[in-house]
Amino acid sequence: MSSSTPQASFWRGFRNGLPFLIVVAPFGLLFGVVGTEAGLDLAKVMAFSILVIAGASQFTALQLMQDQTPTLIVLISALAVNLRMAMYSASLAPHLGSQPIWRRALLAYVLVDQTYAASSLEYERRPTLSPAEKIAYAFGVAASIAPGWYGATLAGALLGTTIPDAYALDFAVPITFLAIIAPALRTLAHVAAAGVSVVAALLLQFLPYNLWLPGAAVLAMMTGAQVELWLERRK
Amino acid sequence: MTGYSELTTWALIVALGIGTFGLRFSFLGLVGDRELPAWLLRHLRYTAVAVLPGLVAPLVLWPQATGGDPDPARLSAAAVTLVLGIALKNVILSILAGGATLYLVQYIAG
Repeated sequence: MSSSTPQASFWRGFRNGLPFLIVVAPFGLLFGVVGTEAGLDLAKVMAFSILVIAGASQFTALQLMQDQTPTLIVLISALAVNLRMAMYSASLAPHLGSQPIWRRALLAYVLVDQTYAASSLEYERRPTLSPAEKIAYAFGVAASIAPGWYGATLAGALLGTTIPDAYALDFAVPITFLAIIAPALRTLAHVAAAGVSVVAALLLQFLPYNLWLPGAAVLAMMTGAQVELWLERRK
Repeated sequence: MTGYSELTTWALIVALGIGTFGLRFSFLGLVGDRELPAWLLRHLRYTAVAVLPGLVAPLVLWPQATGGDPDPARLSAAAVTLVLGIALKNVILSILAGGATLYLVQYIAG
């Protein structure tokens, strides 16, 4: 093995990450526009995209802030959207656990949906890769996505207030979320979870502090898990 | 965003950043390569479909832009996006079709 193989892995990851920009860039652009329209200044919109790098949770926080939700509920709901990332972390740990802690920390920062999806696929496809090559691949994927995310947010933020109200941009967020949820409705358990989430969110609107969202989420997760168990038992 | 002080907004953004990093770092950094208990994985699998539909539902049924009244343009846009998303599994195409529906129905309804 020559010392250049992690480098080759990095660039393979970089190339494999580029197609994701087709989804990531418009989403970042939208966050920049909607965040600015909601009254956040440029520094805060950028801080969101740079510190959090997780679009769905950023939109969730933004939406709840516009409804004057208590800070703690905003935080809990937005973090709940990101719970899946603990699962990504657990799934990559056996591959990358032997790497120096600073590298794992740096990778954790850029462990977005696309980094995980591409990397787990690559590790399955090339099981003989060394841990150094594996982490280099993941960094390569992230290196093509993260700058696109920052740049698109910046472009959206600069465009932001110039877009007139007639374009009904308030509805861009629900449409985007629906488009993201739809392909995730893969199994009966996912459909059941989504259904309970909708019904519970509408029925629990009376709760104080916008607690309807965390409440609906907990009920929906339990529904998904139970339906999955029930389906397994029926096999 | 008028209800939040400068400090509160910044604190929220930083806390969300730290919390999200914590979730991403959790197993990779601290727990190591121990397996997660099956019941926990089973719940984590459904987080995205548990939170986002609930968040969207009131926005679709009672949009703020119309003062909370159901609006044919927004309802049809949501339906088109969801159906196309399920059928084609193409995120960008579904968003564009949903947006087009929104403008079209708004235009027809005048």
